[in-house]
This record gives sequence, structure tokens and C-alpha cells, in this order.
Amino acid sequence: MDYFLSEEQQMIVDVARQITDEMIVPQRAELDETEDYPRDILTAIAKADLYGLYIPEEYGGLGGGCFEIVLALEQFARGCTGVATAFAASALGAYPILISGSEELKQKYMPLIASGEKLAAFALTEANAGSDASGIQTTAVLDGDEWVLNGTKQWITNAGEAQIYTVIAITDKSKGPRGATMFVVEDTDPGFSYGVKEKKLGIRCSSTRELIFKDCRIPKDRVIGRIGMGFITVMKTLDQSRPGIAILGVGLGQGALDEAVNYAKQRVQFGKPIISFQAVQHILADMAIQIEAGRALVYSAAKHIDAHKNDMSKASSMCKVFATDMAMKVTTDAVQVLAGYGYMREYPVEKMMRDAKILQIYEGTNQIQRNVIGQELNKEYTRS
Amino acid sequence: MKIIVCVKQVPDAKDVRLDPKTNTLSREGVQAIMNPYDRHALEEAVRLKELHGGTVTVVSMGPPQAEEMLREAVSCGADEAVLVSDRAFAGADTWATTYTLSQAIKKIDDFDLILCGKQAIDGDTAQVGPGLAERLDIPFVAYVRKINDCTANTIRAERLMDDGYDLLEVGLPALFTVVKEINEPRIPSLKGKMKAKKIDIAKMTAADIEADPEQLGLKGSTTQVVRVFSPELKGERAMLGGTSDEQVAQLYEKLSPLL
Repeated sequence: MDYFLSEEQQMIVDVARQITDEMIVPQRAELDETEDYPRDILTAIAKADLYGLYIPEEYGGLGGGCFEIVLALEQFARGCTGVATAFAASALGAYPILISGSEELKQKYMPLIASGEKLAAFALTEANAGSDASGIQTTAVLDGDEWVLNGTKQWITNAGEAQIYTVIAITDKSKGPRGATMFVVEDTDPGFSYGVKEKKLGIRCSSTRELIFKDCRIPKDRVIGRIGMGFITVMKTLDQSRPGIAILGVGLGQGALDEAVNYAKQRVQFGKPIISFQAVQHILADMAIQIEAGRALVYSAAKHIDAHKNDMSKASSMCKVFATDMAMKVTTDAVQVLAGYGYMREYPVEKMMRDAKILQIYEGTNQIQRNVIGQELNKEYTRS
Repeated sequence: MKIIVCVKQVPDAKDVRLDPKTNTLSREGVQAIMNPYDRHALEEAVRLKELHGGTVTVVSMGPPQAEEMLREAVSCGADEAVLVSDRAFAGADTWATTYTLSQAIKKIDDFDLILCGKQAIDGDTAQVGPGLAERLDIPFVAYVRKINDCTANTIRAERLMDDGYDLLEVGLPALFTVVKEINEPRIPSLKGKMKAKKIDIAKMTAADIEADPEQLGLKGSTTQVVRVFSPELKGERAMLGGTSDEQVAQLYEKLSPLL
């Protein structure tokens, strides 16, 4: 379908598509097998200026918004959701600085992130703080001109690969949700190290590790926003970034549909290509319907978010739930169309099915998203 | 460092058909692309610019449609683009082409280095690079697989040979033709594409380059394509049987009269 993209938006799609077709698709099976971080692909993405898509021009970016990064992510995910995750994680790490950071922090870090010279990562999750972010145990204590961080962050995407980490820690336990603050930690800061690389079901080329803070000392001015505002920054960050996860579902679903249709046209059973059987056609048709509906919803949500910075939560959560549940279903169906071959690693659809699962889990499980939507509905109907 | 890259628009090799009646290339409906070797020349120029500073200007002699390819070159990092285009250039062989290009390059400005692909994939002559260097009276190195270092006046490059490579140092300005081993051409950048959309492509006609009409196009060409044909396959094939030793003996018998 034609979404009437502007000329610049079409250019973003074209550049991202070329990187996907020429670099990501040929390498994805090997990256899945070796679990190596896709450095050369990310370098190509940086050289193509795509790390700066959503960053204002005054900080070296291209001045686009949520919709522009969504367009690029859709292409990358069509090739490999692992690569797309590694790329998207830098944006997730950058948003807290962009949303709440001081002018000095923005000037210092955003140009480096916009050029892709340095990668960012976002650190919220801990062993006891998943869906319930209030379980955070990492602490930050002011000691003279430095903050001292202690604690461990878990399952941090881009850990060990990024140079700039945005980390939430408790600065005043007695204040509850208003007692958490976000900080910028650099890879070279003393007392900062990484845990082992996790072994995952899917998105294997993306790096997932612990961040370990042992009396990690950082300068006082690395606070993002005001002290105690950490959770507000986290919520705004996730509202802003979720369409980026939603679109991974659309891109991944499209990749799976492409494989399924091409296979169904070639595979002959009972003397005919299997695409001529309605049983197969209906599966493919349902896949196509769901993907297009997901795309339309994510594009609309992204545009809404770009226009309404104070009213993002519901749109953001709705598109995340719909498009990622869709991706799980569509990739499972793609394996069904390829049947025995689809189950084998020789074809890409089993990887796509493995990759899809994380989309329903990370950046807020789809159950938590439904909570958000429910609470927003409650608020809306109370107001009117 | 001021670098000029010569690029040519060629039919996409994946898509080439011969007209069975005339035996000439059928260009109808065939997509035109930048000659793949020229793409490597462009990448090397942009790489050198990023390392040492300077500018990259792409030059193409071709029909007005070649403008699209020049915009693509800008999206891949070229700063300026010049299209040398005139009906008078039609039918040029490599002799007339090198004359035309040399006249155009003399008009462009001073330069330190000219890079070309080792050959174009349509004509496959590999003559324009060396011919152009001769016309401009500058040093020429073919089959460059690596450019090592350069100073204000000299440059070192590795020339790919069948059995290794030669390391050469030449004075600047110079002209190199490059092989595909030299680099991996980049994918166009977003800023590059935006710039390419807006850039003014300079146009040069026969009059602009102050060319002698007698040396242009078909008139200025010293060669003519009389006929294009697919060569007949003439080789004979023989299968040798028996044990390995017997096969070796038979092969020796067949080959010894040729020694």
C-alpha cells in the first residue's frame, strides 16, 4: 500500500533497503549461528547517516522523528531482527538524554550518537525489577563531586558494545517512585564492568549482558534531568521508543511473508505449486492482512507521537501489542507454509519465529502494555 | 587533494541481450548502471578525501541520461559532477573519447589524481584510462589494487599482477585505473542522497571544451565497428579412459606433438 511518504522519507526507505538486501540478508544466518555482534553492518548504517535519523539537526542529526526511525527499522527487521535490535538499542539509550538531559549533556553526547561513532544503551531492568520497575536496587550516592553507583543491571541490549549507558538508580529510597534518578555512565568509568553474554532463543547477534557497578564513580554533572525524575524519564523514553519495537514486528512479518509466498510458488505437491491450494492461499492472505494492518497502525502511532509529545502512551502501547503479537502469529504461519523445510535452519523462517518471541517481551511485556492501555482508557472516560 | 573520477554509464550486465538480427547490443528496456569498476574508483577517491581532505569531482562523457548516474555518484560521496555531453560526441571510439575527456578535464581546474575503473564492462577495451593519461601527459598506473600513502607530490600504489603485485611510486598529478580488489564500494548515505537531489550538474558541450570538431565522435575515431558477432566454438573434446596411468600416457601422447 502507498503511505504517501515524502521524498526524504522514501530516501530513508531506499537507503535502509539497500543495506538490508546487500548486507543484512546475506549475513543473517551466519550471525544467528555465531552470535557475533554485527559491527560491519552497523558501521555501514552509521556511514549512511541513519543513526542520526531521530536526532535534531543542532546535535548533528537529520531532524526526523519517531516515524523516520520506524521507516528504517522496518527494513532492517525484514532482514534480521537481531541487527535491527542492535541498531534500535542505541536510540533507546539516547532518548533519556534527548528527552530530559541538560543542554550540556546533549551537546556532549548526541553528536557522537548521531554519527554512529559511539553506541548507546539503556539500563533499567534488574534481577528483581522487570515489569515492576519499582523493584530497582541499584543505588547512586553523592560523594563530593561524584556519584557512586552500586548494583547490577540485567539483560541490557548493546552491553559491552556501547560506550554510552543511560542508567536508572535509586538516589533516595524513602521517596518511592520519586527517589530514582537517571545517569550517563561511560564504558571507561572506574568500577564499571560487564557480566557474561547471555545465550538467547532469538536475536542472537544482538548483545545482551549484565552491567556491574562496583563503587562506580562518575562526575556529578552526569545526572539526566533533575534528581528524582528518573521514572518519569523512563516512562517518556519507553513511550517514544515502543513504536520502534512495534515496527520490528511489521518488518519481521513482511520478511516471513516474502519467504512464505516465494516458497509456495515454487513448492510442487500433488502436481501443482502449493500456492494454488486455497488452504495455503488463506494462510498467506491472513498473514498479508495482519501485516498491513500492523503497518498502518504503527505508522499512525508514530506520526501521532511526533505530533503529540504529551499524549503518547496509549498509541505507543497499542501499536506495540498489535504488531508484535501479529509477528509471532505470522512467523509461526510462515513456518507452517514451509512445513518440514521451514523447521530446518536451512531456511530463514525458523529463525524469524525464534526472533519474534522477544518482541512480545522486551520494552514492556504485552501484558504490561495492555495495563497501560486499560489505565489510559479509564483516565480518558473519567475526564469526559 | 583534488581528485577527478571518470565514470561511464553502461547497460546492466545482468540484463544484456543481443539483437539476433543485427548482432548488436539491444539497449531497449535495459537498465543503465554505473560501470562497476568505476564504482570502485569513486569509492577510493572518497576514501582518500576522507583521509587527506580535498574534493572529488566525477566526470562522464555520455548522453543526457547519464546525469542520473552522476547524481548517484554524488550520493556516494562525490562533491561535484560534470556531464560532458554533445551530439558531436556520438559514435566516439576510445581515441576520440580520450580526446574529449582530456579537453574537458583541462577546463575543470587543476587536479592531483585521476581515477578510472580498469575498464568498462560494455566495451571492455581498458584503453580510455591509459589513453587519457597520455593525452594529459601524466604518469599512468593500471590495475591498482591498493593506494598506500601520498605526499603533496608523490603517491604510492600497488599494481596487481598475475604473480603478485608491484609497488610503485609516481609523481603527482597521475592517473590510475583500479581493480575491484581495491575496496568495497559504500552504500549511498542519506545526506548524500539529499545533496544529490539538489546539486547542479555542470554541463559541458563541444564548444565549452573548445574541441576541434575533426577529432570528435565518429569523425574523430580511428577505429570503426564493422561487425559484431558471437564467435563459433571450435574446440574438440575427447574423453580419456582406462586407469590413471593409462590416462596419463594417452594425454602425454596427445600433447607431445604440440611441445
